[in-house]
Amino acid sequence: MAPANVRAAQAPSADRRLSTLVRHLLPSSPRRTAATAADTSATLESFPTMASQGSSSVFAALAQAPEDPILGVTVAYNKDPSPVKVNLGVGAYRTEEGKPLVLKVVRRAEQMLINNPSRVKEYLPITGLAEFNKLSAKLIFGADSPAIQENRVATVQCLSGTGSLRVGAHYLHPQPTWGNHPKVFTLSGLTVRSYRYYDPATRGLDFKGLLEDLSSAPSGSIVLLHACAHNPTGVDPTIDQWEQIRQLMRSKSLLPFFDSAYQGFASGSLDKDARSVRMFVADGGELLMAQSYAKNMGLYGERVGALSIVCGSADVAVRVESQLKLVIRPMYSNPPLHGASIVATILRDSEMFNEWTLELKAMADRIISMRQQLFDALKSRGTPGDWSHIIKQIGMFTFTGLNSEQVAFMRQEYHIYMTSDGRISMAGLSTRTVPHLSDAIHAAVTQLK
Amino acid sequence: MATLSLAASSAARRPALLPPRLLAARAMASSLFGHVEPAPKDPILGVTEAFLADPSPDKVNVGVGAYRDDNGQPVVLSCVREAERRILGNLNMEYLPMGGSIKMIEESLKLAYGEDSGFIKDKRIAAVQALSDTGACRLFADFQKRFLPDSQIYISTPTWSNHHNIWRDAQVPQKTFTYYHPESRGLDFSGLMNDIKNAPDGSFFLLHACAHNPTGVDPTEEQWREISHQFKVKKHFPFFDMAYQGFASGDPERDAKAIRIFLEDGHQIGCAQSYAKNMGLYGQRAGCLSILCEDEMQAVAVKSQLQQIARPMYSNPPVHGALVVSIILNDPELKGLWLKEVKGMADRIIGMRKALKENLEKLGSPLSWDHITNQIGMFCYSGMTPEQVDRLTNEYHIYMTRNGRISMAGVTTGNVAYLANAIHEVTKPN
Repeated sequence: MAPANVRAAQAPSADRRLSTLVRHLLPSSPRRTAATAADTSATLESFPTMASQGSSSVFAALAQAPEDPILGVTVAYNKDPSPVKVNLGVGAYRTEEGKPLVLKVVRRAEQMLINNPSRVKEYLPITGLAEFNKLSAKLIFGADSPAIQENRVATVQCLSGTGSLRVGAHYLHPQPTWGNHPKVFTLSGLTVRSYRYYDPATRGLDFKGLLEDLSSAPSGSIVLLHACAHNPTGVDPTIDQWEQIRQLMRSKSLLPFFDSAYQGFASGSLDKDARSVRMFVADGGELLMAQSYAKNMGLYGERVGALSIVCGSADVAVRVESQLKLVIRPMYSNPPLHGASIVATILRDSEMFNEWTLELKAMADRIISMRQQLFDALKSRGTPGDWSHIIKQIGMFTFTGLNSEQVAFMRQEYHIYMTSDGRISMAGLSTRTVPHLSDAIHAAVTQLK
Repeated sequence: MATLSLAASSAARRPALLPPRLLAARAMASSLFGHVEPAPKDPILGVTEAFLADPSPDKVNVGVGAYRDDNGQPVVLSCVREAERRILGNLNMEYLPMGGSIKMIEESLKLAYGEDSGFIKDKRIAAVQALSDTGACRLFADFQKRFLPDSQIYISTPTWSNHHNIWRDAQVPQKTFTYYHPESRGLDFSGLMNDIKNAPDGSFFLLHACAHNPTGVDPTEEQWREISHQFKVKKHFPFFDMAYQGFASGDPERDAKAIRIFLEDGHQIGCAQSYAKNMGLYGQRAGCLSILCEDEMQAVAVKSQLQQIARPMYSNPPVHGALVVSIILNDPELKGLWLKEVKGMADRIIGMRKALKENLEKLGSPLSWDHITNQIGMFCYSGMTPEQVDRLTNEYHIYMTRNGRISMAGVTTGNVAYLANAIHEVTKPN
């Protein structure tokens, strides 16, 4: 059978998650130049170390990996002494005061765990905390989901969204190849190709291109889809478009692999943000689902997530789960306990669950409000261009459409920090900083084309 | 496939008309995963599953290597509880850097390489936080595959079963070297030295720094020196798996002796560390991978590449366990408490070894049980056969892995007599 291909969303900068995942597969060679970010030291391989002078070290030929572009933004931001600097590179929620947030309900859950003297720190099973797995599946698929009621869902706890994607990919194709094919990346042995997604002209979805590319995908290909709040573009298909995508994929036997990192965070409603996924489950077909609690529960560093595979039958689901264990055991044996315990504590208690939905909605609402404020501020300045995409896009990020010169200008003159593809994290904005950002955008757009 | 798709879309429109069994059967026939075989159970973790399912009041779990107190209960160390109290309400849960918690790494290196290690001062060690011992080994195995694609790994016979899975999934070829001597239930030192000599120059070896799992058999200090010397001659690369520092003798410095010998001899080593056992942080997955490099520049390069391997696995490691470790090791008072508690755990195990052996001798067993007290760490390689182990399970509800490995942590003053009796019954000559 062997579904052969993974297709990634292609934006001006590709799906950030997937490009992170694939980037590791470019084997470093001594000829490869080192960093791309400004603050990294000069190309390492040319530096005459002991290692390169005929030493015995097995690592003599090893070059330094390129600096992560997003990390580079934060590093530069931290170095900047300006009092008006704004960090719009961060992919983590910030309050109006620009501070990280630990949800009150999360603190409560943690308190309960710590105060309970009978709680222990034993190894979880390979598949993780069972209760967490069940509750996570219910959260994304819906408590009354037929797939759950028919026991067709295999769920394993994983390390946030990345870990879930990795385990899923490795399960689908466990033979890694580390070839240096110039044009094609391999991820866990899968050939990665792109399908069109973002239309720079409209700053919206290139739906026609998307359908064309999926139509020409070989049968059995795996397609990576963002359940909601596409990262980095913020552009989601409408419900009608999702339905068309679903029909096309099912008719071509394309296997959906959903990445859900923002459930509840996009619209403020957990159910609404899960509609695309539930549509696919409702047709009785199979899919993979990578879930993360990093953003919607603010559990970033705890690495809490789940991989669910909706299978054709309960019997298959049991067998699939047993195979997933074989992927996990040689990677890290069993997943970390703390974050999953917090999630289970909250999801199982209806009062805490409600408290969570309120705090989640508040975060989503603040982001939506920042979008509106930024849009209004640009309109009132008469900034040339159509900025409606700011309020049409959804989730934590806005793909502004600014080019890299404009981005560099804004950093230089206004101390605004964002990634060079023009992506800004709305979570990094506040009512106080919106005027400064809109001044910067206005200046960049009018002074530089 | 076309038939399926039509059926699927019509099912979506009229789900109520198809009985569930038919839907499922049709779905299974076309399931992309229908060919999937059930995977074999993990030999170690499967033991605990079976134990939990057993209703017998006499059951004993000496399978998985997790510490139990004398009441057979899991333990959360007091130093850990205190660290968690300090974290709660004070620290946030932001992403760690890709390489993990700097503080935790610093403290881990001190433990492994020595408080005043020149290598730490000279910044020659590339180190990243890892998902406990498994994660550290896997990062190293993937690193080998990527940057030293012609290398292989020599693994002791026997070893912790998951070692084989780790290097296999990383696609690094494995070879074995002689280690355990069944007749003496000790170290086959000459066999070991032969294999070291016969391996091609520059081979990679996986060595257990202390408390060898599953045998509990460690080389003596003298033997370690000879091994180190031969490694120099052969230019072999030593990768140390240190999952039990402090847990073996009760003294972390003493348990790191093998590593220190190799460092003195000028080897560049790799090291996997874990806080699962010695800090009781099992489920937190707290560990560290380090590689000693030629100089700071190389260490920076190696660390950056290790991070690139971790990144597509899980982006950045979990924060909670790292906070616990760094809070404890950074605070002299808490660290002192930890050292006491680790010694307490090690001492209880050593006491149980003595008790088990004495019980067997009292029962008049004609066999030699010296290895119970000669071996060190959490495990005793009893020498029992799989058939004898099966009898222990089926007749006495005693659970252990079929290689005859007993987790001494599961032995208590309450069950040691029962255990000794059962072992005596299944091993006595007819």
